[in-house]
Amino acid sequence: MSTIASEMPVIGDPHRLGRYGAGPEPADRGPAPKRVVVGYGFWIFLISDFVMFSGFFAAFAVLGSATADGPSGRDIFDIHNVAIETACLLLSSFACGMASIAVEGRRTLPAQFWLVITATLGLAFLVLEIHEFIGLIAQGDGPQRSAFLSAFFTLVGCHGLHVTVGLLWLLTMMAQISTIGLAPNVIRRLRCFSLFWHALDIIWVAVFTVVYLIGVGK
Amino acid sequence: MSGQHEAEWGGEVAPGDEHKVDSGASAGVRGYLIGFALSSLLTAASFGIVGTTLIWAPGIPVALAVFAVAQMGVHLVFFLHVSSGPDNTNNILALAFGVMVVAIVISGSLWIMYHLNQNMMPMNTITDLHLQH
Repeated sequence: MSTIASEMPVIGDPHRLGRYGAGPEPADRGPAPKRVVVGYGFWIFLISDFVMFSGFFAAFAVLGSATADGPSGRDIFDIHNVAIETACLLLSSFACGMASIAVEGRRTLPAQFWLVITATLGLAFLVLEIHEFIGLIAQGDGPQRSAFLSAFFTLVGCHGLHVTVGLLWLLTMMAQISTIGLAPNVIRRLRCFSLFWHALDIIWVAVFTVVYLIGVGK
Repeated sequence: MSGQHEAEWGGEVAPGDEHKVDSGASAGVRGYLIGFALSSLLTAASFGIVGTTLIWAPGIPVALAVFAVAQMGVHLVFFLHVSSGPDNTNNILALAFGVMVVAIVISGSLWIMYHLNQNMMPMNTITDLHLQH
């Protein structure tokens, strides 16, 4: 009877906020499946990660012009390098999406193939970013040069650190797929990973806009 | 028993769930392709508009911000599968709260620090005071 009630069209409360008239009361339905609980918990983590990044963005926005007579963004940023980094990350995000479709269809080999592409493009992004950082530090524009550069290295470095951790996580998941296979717990972890990877791309959109493009235009 | 359990929660969607119920993998691929095309377009527009004389120069940061917000929306909808459907209410509410906190932190910091800058003694006056000793 309860299943029939839940299939009925919901009229009074389309968003089921009160859940009245839309299937049984939550107390009668038992706990949500682990898939929903895990995904929602990871969603909360991602949003708290956005909040943490907002602090770094605020610091960069406040200190962006505090160059202490050192170089400004226009002097040191290489927009072509940033464009290639952006393309790498965007393609990597797309490959990750293809991988999660393969995972939903329980197709192991295509999933591994797309995860390899995801990892390769992520690694390319990281190599380009580290190359940029090493170049800046070598010409004396390291984080200790000015408040602007401190904020720059903190913000962009923190994103790079997230990508590094994501790559390690991705390699772990590929190892788990090949040893355990696409078991329910592995699939849950892969779902969380793809949320993480797409979220990093969203943060990168904010980074290349606020730090690089607006910085070069100043 | 567990089948009934799943059916009762059939309307719930975890963040990032693939839309696979009705149309299978090809619809999923199409969604990612649309998202990828849109965000490539917005990225290209962002990089293209820097340094052009196509629009009024002080308007460029505003255009960049608009492109960035649009691209974040595209990523949320097509890659993270956030939708306005009834099954997504909890995810949207959590996201809306996060966006509110982010907006308060960034705009509040800029606002406060701008006013603190206004109230600071100018740098050359401080140097003059040091020289008088």
